[in-house]
Amino acid sequence: MSSPLRREDVAHVAKLARLTLTDEELDRFTHQLGQILEHANDMSSLNLADVVPTAHPFDLINVVRDDLVRPSLDRDAVLAMAPDAQDGRFAVPRIMGEAP
Amino acid sequence: MKTAQQIAHEVQSGATTAVAELGRALDAVRDRNEELNVFLYVDEAGATSAAHAIDERVARGEVVGPLAGVPIALKDNLCQTGVPTTCSSKILEGWRPPYNATVIDRLLAAGAVPVGKTNLDEFAMGSSTENSAFGPTRNPLDPSRVPGGSSGGSAAAVAADMTPISLGSDTGGSIRQPAALCGLIGMKPTYGLVSRYGLIAFASSLDQIGPFSKTVMDSAILLEAIAGHDPMDSTSLPEPAPSLVAHVNDGVAGQRVGLVRELVEGADADVVAAVEQARRALEDAGATVVELSIPEFRLGLSAYYLIAPAEASSNLARFDGVRYGNRIDADDVTAMMEATRTAGFGAEVKRRIMLGTYALSAGYFDAYYGQALKVRTQMIQAFHRAYQQVDLLLGATTPSVAFKFGSKTSDPMAMYLSDVFTIPTNLAGEAAVSVPFGTGEAGLPVGVQLLGPGRSEARLFAAARVLEIADGRS
Repeated sequence: MSSPLRREDVAHVAKLARLTLTDEELDRFTHQLGQILEHANDMSSLNLADVVPTAHPFDLINVVRDDLVRPSLDRDAVLAMAPDAQDGRFAVPRIMGEAP
Repeated sequence: MKTAQQIAHEVQSGATTAVAELGRALDAVRDRNEELNVFLYVDEAGATSAAHAIDERVARGEVVGPLAGVPIALKDNLCQTGVPTTCSSKILEGWRPPYNATVIDRLLAAGAVPVGKTNLDEFAMGSSTENSAFGPTRNPLDPSRVPGGSSGGSAAAVAADMTPISLGSDTGGSIRQPAALCGLIGMKPTYGLVSRYGLIAFASSLDQIGPFSKTVMDSAILLEAIAGHDPMDSTSLPEPAPSLVAHVNDGVAGQRVGLVRELVEGADADVVAAVEQARRALEDAGATVVELSIPEFRLGLSAYYLIAPAEASSNLARFDGVRYGNRIDADDVTAMMEATRTAGFGAEVKRRIMLGTYALSAGYFDAYYGQALKVRTQMIQAFHRAYQQVDLLLGATTPSVAFKFGSKTSDPMAMYLSDVFTIPTNLAGEAAVSVPFGTGEAGLPVGVQLLGPGRSEARLFAAARVLEIADGRS
């Protein structure tokens, strides 16, 4: 964790996050994210092997409601605000490549 | 400027009308919105029809509610039916939600009149409102300085006397820090006290909606109106809204208060002096103040800046050009999503998405995110130990008074340090309030922070009221 971040790491993360970065952004983010991770290194020296992690302030258990039909958002009102809709559904560009 | 309490009382008694109060609010917005960039959208038609409806109900002899005819400003990450909701991001520009956030339904039920949507740091990520895609908001007390953030627009709306109250959201200090910088009461309630349904998520385990106001009483009235269990938010506390208004004047006699060394460490001298004066005011009112050290607070910033981006990277995956907001067309769906997100998100949002994606990625998860979650456990335990000794904690809200535009924008870490005193409360899911107390550099307000365990809002308001009186504000 000492030399935290390389340029290719940032490029890989951008791909995972579905973001395109320019060369200038890659340089800048590598520097800035490296600084933030370096600050986080003050946690790395702590021995926390026996500490239980907390992901949420409550001890969450499943919350269920009665199995009854209730009104929900109006489909047409939702689709009216979508970038593209067709036949009562969200529409997107093609997902699969051409058939071989 | 009337308080919300006065307006509601006068509207209900017929001494004024909701329409007249709305008119005054809209005049104030027209006067200064161009200069300050507080509101991204003013819903004049919707607000006018809501105000007329309130006046008609009063005329029929109905008891309208605790916020009868009170104009209110809403942070633009709260969904309101048919009203543009952007999160100050280009990716949502033009989107009109098909539903109301629960807090908006509750405001309407209490008789409030929503005036419009206020500017924020994009997706609530920032501490100065400089990260908005629609330009920064200026601090009404000194337009060369920031109002704080991320709820900078909601703070500025109240500070500029546009509306007496507003709602913001606080993930790491986004209500308390702008309240401090604009001289207001800003309350971050216990996690789960206020429903998050319809609050566009940034970091779901940390986000909480809360009030801005000029008086402690208005803050209590507003929070009481919006709090309480909501079946639409499975993380909302299972009980109804607590009684808060009735306890505002309870005082602090016999209360034990811990002045936390780590909550003044590194703060400017004017801020430290204000905290010291607040300590004396609490003692004069009958509290016992002891000095405490909670070293775990020093790790809060590091843990927060892994946990919040990790949650954000997951939450913001939904902005992909499919269901809402804008789309940049491309040949296939992956290219469309990448083009949409690249064009739609600003630099700070991209930075945090990438930081979070990295912290969650294979090979780094244990070292970063996993370690941060363990520090979070230690933070909760440290608060717990402190509250075995004392009832409340005291410290500064921010290290400095309002800073100048551009002074921290090139260095993310410097900006993040604005939240160093507010973050521990969010990590622990507890409550805290910022109260203006005295003045600092250039005559600007200083915020003093009172922190309490979960569900301690009544006690926090009572202590805040003691400081309000000692500071000579009502």
